[in-house]
Amino acid sequence: MSSVGAPPPVTPAPPVTPAPSKSWTVKVREKGVEALPPERLLPDGQPTYVASWIYVFGVASIASLVVIIGSGSILALKGPAWWHYTSLGLFFNSIHMWSVELFFFVMVVHLWGKYWMAAWRGGRGRVWVTGAITFLIAVPAALTGYVSQQNFDAQWISTQAKDGLNSVGVGAFFNVTNFGQMYSWHILLLPIAVVVLVSAHVLLVRNNGVVPPFELDEKLAGAPAASPGGDGSAPASTGAQS
Amino acid sequence: MGSVMGAIINLNNPAHTVDWHFIHLSVANVVVIVLMLIVFLLAILLPFPGAAEREAARRSGGAS
Amino acid sequence: MSFLGPKDDTKPWKGRYQPYDLIKEACIAVGVITLLAVLLTVLFSSPDDKPSTIGQWSHDLPANFMTAAATELNGTSGTAGYGPPYNHNSKGTQAWFLRPQKWLGVSHPINTPDDFVVKPLETISNDPALQSALAEYKAAPQKQKQEWADAYAKPLEEYATAEEEKKTPPSTVTVDSNTGTVTVKASGAGPVPVMMTSLLGLAKSGGLEGGLVTSRQFFQTDYTKPLLFMADGGLLSERAQAQHLLGEQWGMMNETGSYPGQPWLWLYAMWYQVEPFKASENADILVMLVMGVLSLAFICIPFIPVINRIPRWIPIYRLIWREHYRSAEPS
Repeated sequence: MSSVGAPPPVTPAPPVTPAPSKSWTVKVREKGVEALPPERLLPDGQPTYVASWIYVFGVASIASLVVIIGSGSILALKGPAWWHYTSLGLFFNSIHMWSVELFFFVMVVHLWGKYWMAAWRGGRGRVWVTGAITFLIAVPAALTGYVSQQNFDAQWISTQAKDGLNSVGVGAFFNVTNFGQMYSWHILLLPIAVVVLVSAHVLLVRNNGVVPPFELDEKLAGAPAASPGGDGSAPASTGAQS
Repeated sequence: MGSVMGAIINLNNPAHTVDWHFIHLSVANVVVIVLMLIVFLLAILLPFPGAAEREAARRSGGAS
Repeated sequence: MSFLGPKDDTKPWKGRYQPYDLIKEACIAVGVITLLAVLLTVLFSSPDDKPSTIGQWSHDLPANFMTAAATELNGTSGTAGYGPPYNHNSKGTQAWFLRPQKWLGVSHPINTPDDFVVKPLETISNDPALQSALAEYKAAPQKQKQEWADAYAKPLEEYATAEEEKKTPPSTVTVDSNTGTVTVKASGAGPVPVMMTSLLGLAKSGGLEGGLVTSRQFFQTDYTKPLLFMADGGLLSERAQAQHLLGEQWGMMNETGSYPGQPWLWLYAMWYQVEPFKASENADILVMLVMGVLSLAFICIPFIPVINRIPRWIPIYRLIWREHYRSAEPS
């Protein structure tokens, strides 16, 4: 027979530091977990209005970036001259070039979709801003690649692009005819910038949730959810109002 | 000219252009731009799979 | 916020959720993009037009090479008169009071007579005639150097103009197509003809490139000087024109061959084709300023009146969310 009244066994709590804590680690951890609890960072459900092929172009952009960085890493492994004199090198150079074309292709379709959805609504302005800056940083990332090719294309593009950059003074510290500098920007600095921006962009989407549809009238504000869908808990919609 | 080992279609010939008033675009770039527009239209027009699951989720108050 | 945009009535979603596997979707996307990239690679490969060299230039277009070299020596070449960041011989481009090219200064100094002619010639040994000509040139006052260089450049420029206008070239310049030598009849040119003939020989031997790459240390990665020297001549632009890469051909969007290039540069390329940019000598800074403003506007679209309302007025969103709107209609 159960012992009525007996307290249930207590599972010992994990050791916690007493609050308030001056520990930077604790502060960063608590802020991070507050902004992105695991269920919001990696939700296994999405609102039912996420029901269009236009929604795949964001992840397609990330996928293209993965292929760009993967193929670019192979090219970096063997050095900048390799692809000129081996067929395997030319193969990976081609993958790199076509994945860049695909990247801009799907990124712009993603941008068109997000504009026509006015996806900055509900306090999502930073999502738009980080996405736009990503595009604008991707352009010089591609330019530095083109001028690092060490072929005729690189000769022509660098001797032409220098004029635009010199005219605004940027050429004084960013020299497109300096192969060493351009290669460094292309394989390290600008990819880091793109990856950081894309990460911020995606984390902001996870934090805010995918933007809800425009309301046609009051009836479409959405019935209250009895329980979230999915196999686990879906993220609470906390898209902050602007 | 660079070698194009293994390419099935050789694109190493000087480009044809699409010319209209002051606009002169290479055929390849026009193809890319037109494809983007077509893909965008298809993306917003084609039905997305999982309609039954979404309808079930709406009715039941959770995912099936 | 209402002045900048419509009232934001976007409420947090309180509706239903469906199962959605983000990680699986991402893996599928990587697989699909990889397959597409491999397919395009197998079908089309990628372009790799071999670079031009100064050796080729001097072989294929010896008169053009000599003309460019002469303008480097007399300070009338594109690089010589460029201004910052290479030299102070011009103030550079400007837009109203804005002169950033001048303000940022000379960060990559290039003295064209020294860097493109005299210093490379000093690397040639066992040529007493050349050494004597160089010594005479270096000992002369600047005014004398300029007179010699101008006297040598004049017939070559007349030759180049006649070729461009498809007229009979003057007899002061003869090109021997068998040997590739260029003979220039120029009185009052002092030691310059001997210097320039040696420079052509150095270029044909392939030795000029090495002399032009920045020579402060053993390891080199900066190709500014050989590239600027070639750009002052006609070889690169001749190849570029054949590949539709010139500015007036919307070239900055294009790739060599029939490959797609950079279609995302369409707006940047477009401004150069229309007035007032097309005829302006300050086109570069003007176009950059316009694109800078438009880029800022692109970032700030959510906050720009009218632009941020267009998606509401042109209801493409009704197509995107048609299932949602249909499911919410009263049955």
